Amino acid sequence: MTTVDPSTETATDQDTIATASAARGSARKTRSRWRSMLPTMTPWLAVGLVLVIGIILFGIVAPLFAGDPAAIRNIGLTPPSAAHILGTTQTGQDVFAQLTVATRGSLEIGIIVGILATLLSAVFGILGTYFGGYADEGFSLFSNVFLVIPGLPLVIVISGFVPREARGLWTIALVLAITSWAGSARVLRAQTLSLRSRDYVAAAKVAGEKFWRVIGVEILPNLLPLLASQFVFAVIAAILAEAGLSFLGLGASNSSTLGTMLFYAQNGFALSLGAWWWFIPPGLIIAMFGMGLALVNFSIDEIINPKLKNARMYRKRANRARRLERGKAAA
Amino acid sequence: MNYYLRKLGFYAVALWAALTINFVIPRLMPGNPVDILLAKLQQHGGQVTPATRKAYELLLGGDASDPLPVQYWNYLVHVFQGDLGVSVSYYPAKVSDVIATSLPWTIALVGIATIIAAVLGVALGAFVGWKPGTWLDSFVPATTLLAAVPYFWLALILVYVFATTLHWFPVQGGYDVTMDPGWNTEFIGSAIHYGTLPALTIVIAAIGGWLLGMRNMMVSTLSEDYVLTARAKGLSERRILRNYAARNAVLPSVAGFAIALGFVVAGSIVTEQVFSYPGIGSKLLSAVTNNDYALMQGIFLFITLAVLGANLIVDLLYGIIDPRTRTRS
Repeated sequence: MTTVDPSTETATDQDTIATASAARGSARKTRSRWRSMLPTMTPWLAVGLVLVIGIILFGIVAPLFAGDPAAIRNIGLTPPSAAHILGTTQTGQDVFAQLTVATRGSLEIGIIVGILATLLSAVFGILGTYFGGYADEGFSLFSNVFLVIPGLPLVIVISGFVPREARGLWTIALVLAITSWAGSARVLRAQTLSLRSRDYVAAAKVAGEKFWRVIGVEILPNLLPLLASQFVFAVIAAILAEAGLSFLGLGASNSSTLGTMLFYAQNGFALSLGAWWWFIPPGLIIAMFGMGLALVNFSIDEIINPKLKNARMYRKRANRARRLERGKAAA
Repeated sequence: MNYYLRKLGFYAVALWAALTINFVIPRLMPGNPVDILLAKLQQHGGQVTPATRKAYELLLGGDASDPLPVQYWNYLVHVFQGDLGVSVSYYPAKVSDVIATSLPWTIALVGIATIIAAVLGVALGAFVGWKPGTWLDSFVPATTLLAAVPYFWLALILVYVFATTLHWFPVQGGYDVTMDPGWNTEFIGSAIHYGTLPALTIVIAAIGGWLLGMRNMMVSTLSEDYVLTARAKGLSERRILRNYAARNAVLPSVAGFAIALGFVVAGSIVTEQVFSYPGIGSKLLSAVTNNDYALMQGIFLFITLAVLGANLIVDLLYGIIDPRTRTRS
């Protein structure tokens, strides 16, 4: 790279330097290590967090206020009114009350499956890769085989063989977790492969630290953003998969989730009878929650792949420089 | 050469694993599937002889007389001979016949829709990724919303809008049932008319994923050194986009397309449920409702074979189009 000789700088160079230093002057001082692992706040992240936290609060708090979702009245399929914010179902049940309980059910299963799947993928992705040799090959082969075997048909076949009474929330959660951990295990394995040959890991090994300490202290903190991103994906995928499964009639038999609500709406001919207030809200909640999580994942992506953040910061600085130029030209 | 051998070896192992899973699942489940199955068979008017019972026990377990390894070996022999049993819900048709009649419908509908979604998504994604920071970036949250929407919900709303309200397309079915199936233009025209709305729902639901993936890869690729060199050499922007950036950015999408093709057969299940389309997914679901375990196993085996086959083909092709994968192993 050529160095800039001060004697060759022209007037335009001085202008550029002044603009750049004006911009730099308003920059924050460098952040601490933990703070720099958190994503920077952008409008997308703000929208995503609002959606996610809003729906989670809705699922936790609203069932306490919304009334009994199972109470049957003889006012079937009424549109939204003052008494029932989202109208009633075919059997006169309050759609809004059902929506709150269903949201809670879906969130429960999403988080359970997300945690299980992330744990499984961490064990098979990180542990095996760290040890190398036959353990690495074996675990990698295992995850690849699970990745290739199609998930939804496997879930349907397992759910089909389990008799209806035994198909509870934990059975479905276990089946969904077993069929969805393989993808993130592969991603984690790729990252661990590059991490295990770093100098500080070698130094820790030479210093005689136990393997669990090396993994826990040296490797895991570097994988935290990736794990967070995979967890978010797992939650979205779990909620969608459970909704699809319940819609097909194969979901958990004793719980009320957004998927079962859609199943009853479809079987009650909600759309053909024009009862949009029964059919649209559950799907809309799933969509908004998924979108919020995806937007949060964009910001986590920026931590994992700093090139994306560089692209955004470059655009921001270019815009600011252009604004300053325009302000100076106008003055 | 080593690369190709490794790939073939891996898929052989995956095939064995799929067969074993297919063998193990009925034997792990509570209840006795063979008794339920034979009761259903008698309901549908079939004969239950000891030979029938033996055949089903081979597929599903429940016979304690043969030790497990012997059962496993006999099961494998039967599968390799193509004998997947007799379907209960479509008695007396054999499982392989049921699969053969319904498979072309699924492949035609979901295959064509997936190809359209992939091509459109990748092209749009390349375009959006080319100019990050402009108004095109506002597409991205919209596509995340589309990707997070449950597919069947979107499909049913589109059915409500286009079929029930506007009457542009029929609500359900694969073809006009008053026509005779055959290779004439009338029937094919009817099949296309019935298949347009399902295909449209699949394209809308799937395009978001392709767009996002391609856009992210484009953004990464554009910060590579060779793009900067190409610009410095004075090549036109369109040429850089086409020959340098897009070609490298599309590689993960090609791998993803392969996986998507494999899931063509699997992912059709919800579509066919919503539209009552006569494909392999609807056969699987009716098998589950009717406790037709033999058909369920047969279809699962077939879907797994399709996915494995598609993945193998693309892995081999990927080794040809991206030489870096060959050198790495």
